[in-house]
Amino acid sequence: MQESAPSKPFRQPAFGVGTVAVVGGLIAAFAVPALADDYWLSSIIIPTVIMGLAGIGLNLLMGYTGLVSIGSAAFMSIGAFSTYNLLLRAPFLPLPVVLIFAGLIAAIAGVIFGLPSLRIKGFYLGASTLGAQFLFEWLFTNFSWFSNDSQSLTISAPRLQILDYDLQSATGRYYLVIATTVLLIALAFAIVKSRVGREWMAIRDMDVAASVIGIRVARRKLLSFGISSFFLGIAGALWAYGYLGTADAHAFNLDKSFQILFIVIIGGVATIFGNFLGAAFIVLTPILLDRLSLIIDLSFLGDQGALANLQHIIFGTIIIVLLIKEPDGLSSLGRRGVEALRSRARSSN
Amino acid sequence: MSLLTKTMSLAAAAAMAVTLLSSASFAEDGTGQQLYPLFTYRTGPYAPSFIPFGAGNIDYLRYINEVEGGVDGVKILVQECETAYTIERGIECYERYKNGYNGALTAAIYPHSSGLDVALTDKARIDKIPIVSPGGGQNIATDGRVFPYQYPLVFDYWSEAQIIVDYIAQQAGGYDKLKGLKIATLYHDSGYGRDTIEPLGILSKKYGFEDIQIPVPHPGEQQQTQWQQIRRANADWVFLRGWGVMTPVAIKTAARVGFPANRIIGDIWSGSEDDARPAGAAANGYLAVSVFPPGTDYGILKTLKADILDKGKSDLKDNSKFGTVYYNYGVIEAITFVEALRTGHKKFGNRPLTAAEGQWALEHLDIDQKRIAELGAEGLISPLKTSIDNHKGETIAAKIIQWNGQSWDTRTDWIKADASLFADVIKAKAAAYAKEKGIEPRVATN
Repeated sequence: MQESAPSKPFRQPAFGVGTVAVVGGLIAAFAVPALADDYWLSSIIIPTVIMGLAGIGLNLLMGYTGLVSIGSAAFMSIGAFSTYNLLLRAPFLPLPVVLIFAGLIAAIAGVIFGLPSLRIKGFYLGASTLGAQFLFEWLFTNFSWFSNDSQSLTISAPRLQILDYDLQSATGRYYLVIATTVLLIALAFAIVKSRVGREWMAIRDMDVAASVIGIRVARRKLLSFGISSFFLGIAGALWAYGYLGTADAHAFNLDKSFQILFIVIIGGVATIFGNFLGAAFIVLTPILLDRLSLIIDLSFLGDQGALANLQHIIFGTIIIVLLIKEPDGLSSLGRRGVEALRSRARSSN
Repeated sequence: MSLLTKTMSLAAAAAMAVTLLSSASFAEDGTGQQLYPLFTYRTGPYAPSFIPFGAGNIDYLRYINEVEGGVDGVKILVQECETAYTIERGIECYERYKNGYNGALTAAIYPHSSGLDVALTDKARIDKIPIVSPGGGQNIATDGRVFPYQYPLVFDYWSEAQIIVDYIAQQAGGYDKLKGLKIATLYHDSGYGRDTIEPLGILSKKYGFEDIQIPVPHPGEQQQTQWQQIRRANADWVFLRGWGVMTPVAIKTAARVGFPANRIIGDIWSGSEDDARPAGAAANGYLAVSVFPPGTDYGILKTLKADILDKGKSDLKDNSKFGTVYYNYGVIEAITFVEALRTGHKKFGNRPLTAAEGQWALEHLDIDQKRIAELGAEGLISPLKTSIDNHKGETIAAKIIQWNGQSWDTRTDWIKADASLFADVIKAKAAAYAKEKGIEPRVATN
């Protein structure tokens, strides 16, 4: 299930292919704005990438360490509001530094709300993270200091630039999002393959056994909460500035937390790239269904209201069918598909 | 094998998705038509408000298209896009339709959500697309020099606060009688609800009434403490700035603590049939501010009834919603769109307008008393005149309506807010925004 490192002998040839794939992927990622128009960038690619990043954040916690969280959006909101206040109140800080600080602030909050995980497990832990969800939504709505006393309690980036390069256009925002995401994906892989990642998985699989072999379970759990929230915090900042343009506390409500949870479940637990498949599914399916209704004449349904509600039903049905047919998520389907193709090619040779 | 089929079907689905998303050319050709992207929320918690509101919009545009043959001969292509009242879906709709659709041009976008209006501010400035939010825009965007693409037409909550105080002064017998009165504002604890704290503070200093501000946390199903506080403070009037379930609960709780309904004045979003009716008998005599006066006695409403409703062409499924606050709001909004197009046609010719032309038109709207009479909208709308300096309209006015247990009665004529009172504060706020964002305010040239 997990993307653990293959043992040595196989690694050598795979390394070359992997490098080519990574380099190719990077080139493709940076060439996207040349091919895609504003619509694709602003309303399809950017939200999918950011939600995928948030999925990685939760997956590190849930998939690799086995801890449940239903407060992911709260940590996103901390990242967004921290970024806003840092940009506003410490204007000398460059954007990348601000993003890192925002991530760290979210990480601290994550560690604090992770403390109950040392004593409680499973769904009970969910309740603690749910507390974070409600606390921060309340905090950012009720203390207008966080939004610089803005009338509507919304925050919007005072300036979105790196070294005088203006990032406000769709292309600029895309580069900000994709560059941050690529770095964080690399970080996620590094963590997962490191000793920390292996210890997380040991805790996930059996925490008593993990502590017996000398893993400091408590520390590792808190670290997992911290790193997960770091990712989520940065994803939140990107969601607010790279995608929405503005945000208020309600942009990070319980619905968003559930969306992230679904991304992890649909994309595949304990994967990195699977999160992007899950995000694509969650972000794009409603849009696709809406566009489909433009093409197919569904007027026999009566009215537009019935049609709009039907889309929700279809969306729900697809999720259920998908989870029954592919309980390990889209990434596992994709991986097995590739392996099947490969073995066919080998056998035909 | 089944695995391979699965993978293949996944790939096929992905390919289909890409085709679906990139092509818009399946539907009819829109060349020569004006696009009206109708942002809907037929699903989600606010759908009950949208359904009559959307129908008012659609019915008026159908009437223009089918009976009047378009706006100066230009047909309007209504293209719905469901946002479910979420900002994410709204942004997708904006991106989908900002550059037109199949040859039909976009002149302006009505986001139908205050949150989305705010979220689109930066994007619209970069894309140069006018964003119009009648009754729900950002008050600081009144300053069109800083916000060239935002149009908070028709109304704002600061003017509303002023209108409330004017009405209370009328009832008390003059502004000098306001001294010593206690006006409590019971507000939905959100950005929207808090918006009247500042203007009421200014007004209370000016007239000497006591300003009591009491928040109600969302959604507001429990208000016993707040109303007891109002009772203890011995308030003379309550300005109820509710939203959703908060309004009927407020009216019922007021009755329970013995506060008279005819001393409560609801906000424009607390003044629909669906706000008063659920409160039952407790709502008898309840007052509300109305910019979208309900009723079916207006000329244009009679025309719509004859040409659209009675011919079965209405978007309404429940005809009892005809002439309600939200339906009439939809009609009024559609009128602002159509009149903006007419204004543009006079300058650019009778053809679909581009966004740049739409912006010019929205900045030069002048719906005067004469035009209102021609539209058959006397009593339904008050004059609306915009300029580069003023994207809201020069005179902001509202009526006070009263619930009689079944429907709303109109109590007053248009009460006009004194625009000069807050103009400097708003300008200063806009200037601060411009500075924070690094925007160079435009200079009015024509």
